[in-house]
Amino acid sequence: MAILVFAENVNGVFKKPTFEALSYATAIAKNLGTEVHAVCFGKVSDDQYKSLASYGASKIFVINHSSLSQFIGPAYASGIAAVAKQTQAQIIVIPQTYNGRAVAPRVAVKLDASMFSGVTSLVTKSSNGFEVQRSAYSLKAIENLSTNRDKLVITLKSNAYKLEKNEASGIVENFAFEPSAKDLALQPKQVIKASSKISLTEADIVVSAGRGLKGPENWGMVEELADLLGAATACSKPVADVHWRPHHEHVGQTGIQISPNLYIAIGISGAIQHLAGVSASKNIVVVNSDAEAPFFKAADIGIVGDAFQVVPALIESVKKYKTSH
Amino acid sequence: MKILVCISHVPDTTTKIQFDAEGKALNKTGVTFIVCPYDEFALSRAAELKEKQGANVTILCVGKAEVDPTIRKAIAIVGDQAVRIDAEPLDAFYVAKQIAEYAKSQNFDLIMFGKESIDFNGSQVSGMVAELLDLPDVSFATSIDINGKTATLTREIDGGKEELTCDLPLVLSAQKGLAEWRIANVKGIMAARTKQIQVITPVDFPYYTTTTKLSQPPAKQGCIYLKPDETDKLVQILSEKGAI
Repeated sequence: MAILVFAENVNGVFKKPTFEALSYATAIAKNLGTEVHAVCFGKVSDDQYKSLASYGASKIFVINHSSLSQFIGPAYASGIAAVAKQTQAQIIVIPQTYNGRAVAPRVAVKLDASMFSGVTSLVTKSSNGFEVQRSAYSLKAIENLSTNRDKLVITLKSNAYKLEKNEASGIVENFAFEPSAKDLALQPKQVIKASSKISLTEADIVVSAGRGLKGPENWGMVEELADLLGAATACSKPVADVHWRPHHEHVGQTGIQISPNLYIAIGISGAIQHLAGVSASKNIVVVNSDAEAPFFKAADIGIVGDAFQVVPALIESVKKYKTSH
Repeated sequence: MKILVCISHVPDTTTKIQFDAEGKALNKTGVTFIVCPYDEFALSRAAELKEKQGANVTILCVGKAEVDPTIRKAIAIVGDQAVRIDAEPLDAFYVAKQIAEYAKSQNFDLIMFGKESIDFNGSQVSGMVAELLDLPDVSFATSIDINGKTATLTREIDGGKEELTCDLPLVLSAQKGLAEWRIANVKGIMAARTKQIQVITPVDFPYYTTTTKLSQPPAKQGCIYLKPDETDKLVQILSEKGAI
């Protein structure tokens, strides 16, 4: 009956998407009168288990298997489903990270469950069964969905639910799980880290720039502003297409879709395809020399001005703010 | 090598999204439909693999007859044959079940999808099909090369990329980077016009989920404009909003 959360162990630490999923699951568990369990792969430090407990995990199932020290989607999905079956979990909450998205559909099939992805609301229960809300049409619509099945797999959108501490017992239990040969068919070889220090999809703040910057040599001030704010850097499609910036920084409909707390767009006009990737951001600041740029319609705060004046001034303002706070 | 590319029929990326009076479905009046852009990465890679090492490519779409023109757009890029499963694609599990039922007897070496459809953005169907067929799957793949029976792939992960290998058969979902988008040439377009689309009756299976309401996202309150020299004020507002 419990709610099971996939706690994603990233090199021995749990990160914000996992804590968001636990906070979210705890809120649903309170409404439904049940408890929250976590499942993770590989041993981590006691402090890390405590962090799961602090966000509401009453039990932590640890699958510690020599073949699963690295993420292998199909095998992790089998492990999560095995825990869900044994504990009769009714709702499985998975952070909407790349690895989370890789395992969730497989878990749903293994449990013959309904699946909702990129969910932005709590799960409610009514005569229609379970109900949730999510965004659809690349952020151009809000979709309400229901299911009358009794098992649910949910991927929770990043930054959609606030972190909430809820101290729980966090009893650690080893869970015996043996992956099949088919589970292990994928063989991870190596990880290539992106140059950006902060992952775009996890970033709270994103500083993004476009053609208005005139050339790749002018990105220094964008990076400086991002560093000061602890932000990730991003870019528009035209800029990635001409290789001023790497493709993995491209946000928009065909690039990465993000929903940070703050999105600062510098010299980006705001084509509908770009907005489709960023309009879920909570606060949008637009700096553009063209007062007619469509992005201002989607912005919370706009500055019509030259990026080469505004950005250095903003850097100084942030520095001042940082020293006084 | 036998390749299956599964495509979605979606509104053009520039569409202004509006709903019917009941708020349960898209208002299709005046909407242009296209092959989902992510599926085009899969189609383009299939075309490259076909040219480089030879392949037989099947296009599949779950939808009613209205999707036929979209299937033809896909065939114009690549496609030896095309299949339409004659059903409304209203739920990912349902769609996955239909595709898996078709694919299970066909011995495809590679089954490709886009990473998500740009209408429902679910990223569910490829993983579900893989699980239903008991095959490995790589989601958000940015490259695939095939050498004999072994594929080498790159997939997107948080903060970077991962390289991996896997023996065929295999399911993947395509992220940007898998291939350069191809534009159909005249020969392709002409061939696509006359290509027969095999129509298959769906298997009985329930819709697990139901869309109860579609609505517009809340409108922005309106933009507050600041002067170029008011960056101190900008930082102050952002601080008050808890944005920094």
